[in-house]
Amino acid sequence: MKILVCVSKTPDTTSKIAFTDGNTKFDEAGVQWIINPYDEWYALVRAIELKEKDPSVVVHLVTVGGADAEPIIRKALALGGDEAIRVNANSNDSYYIAAQIAAIAKEGGYDLIFTGKETIDYNGSSIGGMVAELVDMPYVSLATLFELNGNTATITREIEGGEEVAEVNLPVVVSCQKGVAEQRIPNMRGIMAARTKPLKVVEPAAADTLTSVVSYELPPAKAGVKLVSPDNVAELVRLLHEEAKAI
Amino acid sequence: MSVLIFVDQSEGHIKKASLEAICYGAKIAQQTGTTAAALVLGTVQDNLPELGKYGVQTVYQVADASLNHLDAQVYTQVIAEAVQSTGANVLVFSHNQTGKAIAARVAARLKAGIVAGAAALPDTSNGFVVRKTVFSGKAFANIRIDSPVKVVSLNPNSYSITTGEGTAAVNTLAISPAAPKVKITAVNKVSGEVPLTEADIVVSGGRGLKGPENWGILLDLAKVLGAATACSRPVGDAHWRPHHEHVGQTGVQIAPNLYIAIGISGAIQHLAGVNRSKVIVVINKDPEAPFFKAADYGIVGDAFEVVPQLTAEIKKLKGNG
Ligand SMILES: Cc1cc2nc3c(=O)[nH]c(=O)nc-3n(C[C@H](O)[C@H](O)[C@H](O)COP(=O)(O)OP(=O)(O)OC[C@H]3O[C@@H](n4cnc5c(N)ncnc54)[C@H](O)[C@@H]3O)c2cc1C
Ligand SMILES: Nc1ncnc2c1ncn2[C@@H]1O[C@H](COP(=O)(O)O)[C@@H](O)[C@H]1O
Repeated sequence: MKILVCVSKTPDTTSKIAFTDGNTKFDEAGVQWIINPYDEWYALVRAIELKEKDPSVVVHLVTVGGADAEPIIRKALALGGDEAIRVNANSNDSYYIAAQIAAIAKEGGYDLIFTGKETIDYNGSSIGGMVAELVDMPYVSLATLFELNGNTATITREIEGGEEVAEVNLPVVVSCQKGVAEQRIPNMRGIMAARTKPLKVVEPAAADTLTSVVSYELPPAKAGVKLVSPDNVAELVRLLHEEAKAI
Repeated sequence: MSVLIFVDQSEGHIKKASLEAICYGAKIAQQTGTTAAALVLGTVQDNLPELGKYGVQTVYQVADASLNHLDAQVYTQVIAEAVQSTGANVLVFSHNQTGKAIAARVAARLKAGIVAGAAALPDTSNGFVVRKTVFSGKAFANIRIDSPVKVVSLNPNSYSITTGEGTAAVNTLAISPAAPKVKITAVNKVSGEVPLTEADIVVSGGRGLKGPENWGILLDLAKVLGAATACSRPVGDAHWRPHHEHVGQTGVQIAPNLYIAIGISGAIQHLAGVNRSKVIVVINKDPEAPFFKAADYGIVGDAFEVVPQLTAEIKKLKGNG
């Protein structure tokens, strides 16, 4: 069985968010890059667990990104996985990225494609569904549990106000979130092994870009907190009712 | 040219997030001088002509009971056929759990550019530019969709519902859904509670409450407010509260009208899930807690003293009606 895990690079959650070039570019100065947490903690770790249970499982990683994504993909390989593929392209357009992943997926013939629930910079929650469409597989989004029994996956997924259990035969695309696996820290052996694992760089397939970023904006700064004395809780209720009209 | 709004239903009832999407889509239609229609999949109990109140002229329905369960592949086929037969060129979804499952997939099928997580109406003065939240709510991006068909999924709680007069015509579409490949074997809904992502008011607790046995004061407050309850990640991890209540970057992202944070320090990862809330109230005994910087109102004080008083005062307010 072959699993493809989609990993992307994102700024560390504590990064300062700022823009340059007349608010048209994200300011990368001083930004620490990490593997998108949903991809690392849940999608990748679950794939590695499946391989640990069944050593015949092959795990490939794919990222669509420039050469600056390589440290991230090496770190991902240190957690596990057999080889990585980097599609040498930079894009913000979900369709373009999905088309690249779909091209890799078609060529590799994967039984299972894992993505994270969303990227924490772009927050699209889009790539998984798009890839599924482009390779014509079922898609189960927002998984919180993933079990495999032979050719059948049993997946618990988040729905509004609860969860449901879905059963589907492979192949399938699944977007993963909290619950699917537990975060791991790469160990020394993994880090050493990652150095010699294959990292293939391929040029992008021809695909259209359907959206473009015109500009970025920071939200207006909060006016500042209005503090109310703990001895005058009634005043807070008055403010929430009359001023904020929130209750 | 027209706007088609996907309407999400759960157990036969139309979701609030979809009513927001309808109002939003109707406004886009008005703005671009075209018509708006809603698309309902599956069987529903709600009165469909009444959706006219929210601004659509027509409701299209594919009333096939197999669509009462969500299979993204089947939904995509049905929605794409509906787009074809109605000639819609702007498609609106809610960016809720259902929207996340299908909107992008539909976009890929139609080769349409998507803005997922829209925060405002599109600017159609020069192309079609939509503002969306990025960096987990820490910034916005204005994105232009360049394809002929455009897909927008709207962040829940970011466009208000307004109603007018009007009744929609209900038309059945003759579309046969393919057999689903995803079989739903169990549904576990937290019934009787306000779903977190739809709640107007959310009362949330952190490690400052010391233990699960102390949650009573928070639940009382939530009850008088008709609020949903949430918690910080360590609280969920320690099983003081169920996992699905955990908000933040790794948990649920919410944007209620009012978020009341009790005994939560306000770590950046927590804020990433709640900073789109309209009004934030923080109750924390530490005046240096970072949450105060993101708050609109605050009380520096002991939750165990402040929260019961707050509940009592709100009861008084509601009593005076
Ligand atoms: C990658 C990553 C992702 C994360 N994702 C999330 C996430 O999604 N959601 C999330 O919440 N966290 C997340 N975290 C954890 C986050 O960094 C914080 O550790 C966490 O939010 C702290 O929870 P807390 O505020 O409940 O607890 P604490 O930080 O322990 O704060 C407790 C607060 O209660 C106050 N307090 C104590 N006693 C009282 C009292 N009697 N009355 C009033 N106030 C009192 C204290 O002053 C303190 O401010 C993440 C962390 C990482 C590294
Ligand atoms: N550039 C990329 N390369 C590889 N995978 C990606 C890329 N961008 C997004 N993904 C995958 O798609 C998921 C959802 O991303 P998004 O739709 O951008 O929120 C992520 O969690 C990743 O698993």
